[in-house]
Amino acid sequence: MGRAVTRWVVAVDKNTCIGSAVCVGTAPDRFELDDRQRSGPVTAEIDPDEAVRDAAASCPVEAISLLDADTGEPVDPY
Amino acid sequence: MTVDERPIKYPSAADPWPEFRALLRNKPVVRVEMPDGSIGWMASGYNEVRQMLVDQRFSRAKAVAPGRALQGTEVFAAGSINGLDPPGHTRLRRLVASAFTARRVEAMRPRVASIVDELIGGLLDRPQPADFVAGFALPLPVQVICEMLGVPAEDMEQFHAWSDTILGDWRQDSDSIMTALVDLYGYFGRLIEVKRAEPADDLMTALIAARDETDRLSEEELTILGCTLLIGGHETTANQINLSLLLLLDHPAELEKLRADSRLIPGAVEELLRYVRLGGGLPPARMTTEDVELGGVTIPAGEVVLPLYATANRDPSVFSDPDRFDVSRAPANHLTFGAGVHHCLGAQLARLELQEAFRGLLGRVRGIRLAVPATELQFKPGMAVHSLRELPIRWGEP
Repeated sequence: MGRAVTRWVVAVDKNTCIGSAVCVGTAPDRFELDDRQRSGPVTAEIDPDEAVRDAAASCPVEAISLLDADTGEPVDPY
Repeated sequence: MTVDERPIKYPSAADPWPEFRALLRNKPVVRVEMPDGSIGWMASGYNEVRQMLVDQRFSRAKAVAPGRALQGTEVFAAGSINGLDPPGHTRLRRLVASAFTARRVEAMRPRVASIVDELIGGLLDRPQPADFVAGFALPLPVQVICEMLGVPAEDMEQFHAWSDTILGDWRQDSDSIMTALVDLYGYFGRLIEVKRAEPADDLMTALIAARDETDRLSEEELTILGCTLLIGGHETTANQINLSLLLLLDHPAELEKLRADSRLIPGAVEELLRYVRLGGGLPPARMTTEDVELGGVTIPAGEVVLPLYATANRDPSVFSDPDRFDVSRAPANHLTFGAGVHHCLGAQLARLELQEAFRGLLGRVRGIRLAVPATELQFKPGMAVHSLRELPIRWGEP
């Protein structure tokens, strides 16, 4: 039996990230910059959070991936 | 650091920038006297500027609230995506973000290169000296953003005149700025009606669908967003091209390095973006929503804070030998496009236009040089970006 509640896995491709920090501004509790100004998730596995979905959709270089933790499928961007 | 010192006056266009920078040395956050005499703060260190742009406690919406505007751009911003905080900002940004991603913009590269090619052909056909602004730097970004949005490029003269006025000095010219805003909104409203009747494969049609089919923005938001994309997409890029050419002509060895090896161009564009001081007036202000500590100073709630991109981009703790212009400098994140939710939407497009512009110019225009002494060049007064009236050039054998 699967879990009743979906979980999301958030990842940022640091080679693609340009450090715009759009994600940190959009979802400050969910993303943080490292000392090279590259973003990463504060916690990789999270409960669904619209602000994270917004951040992923607003990234200028599409560096943020959002997967369903159970299925490994991408989360619908809308 | 003490905050008891007298505030530093924000420089006017005529004041020398190096002297202003010297006053800010070792003072990453300091009080400022604005041009209208009001007192605020400015952040000049790289880390402090970055921090205030990313932190939501520095509100853009509060800073552009009516009654305290100093620039037409701030009045324009107050009704637009540039003047909103999350979550209102997020809804509009999401609607347009996908059209401006690195991937989508990269697909436009061949078309941008071909516009560059046509413009250079036209420029070389002109009698010398020719005006680089009218012949190249302005029509390039205008043509690109017009095709992307679906705005007729033939209307350029008209909307460029409105853009010039809107970017002007609010305290001197508020009536003309309001008139230009009303005219621009009216123009765009009529364009939206045309697009509704005749949908096309362009961004305005897509935004109209987001309005009409899924109700994700109001009619007013749609109009203002279209105007913002049109204006935001050209004056900045045009003058970044102008000032980049001036900078390269002033550093012939760097220009020759680029001409010899076009693989240096993407890195050189980042250096041009870092080094050129594009902003002419006050940078886009923020207002604190609570007491916030920044750079070791506590800024009380409700105070205006200016992010000084130009000094942040010369911060020696981030950029070694920051006043040296070096097209092969190791990459670092300049702050010319800002950071956080208001990071320039068109950043990837501007980069691509600059790369293709200089690839074309260095490849095809031999012996490019100023036709007048640099000291005779004139900037339009009171503008939010350093905006050249004309840039007369010559080329070929001297």
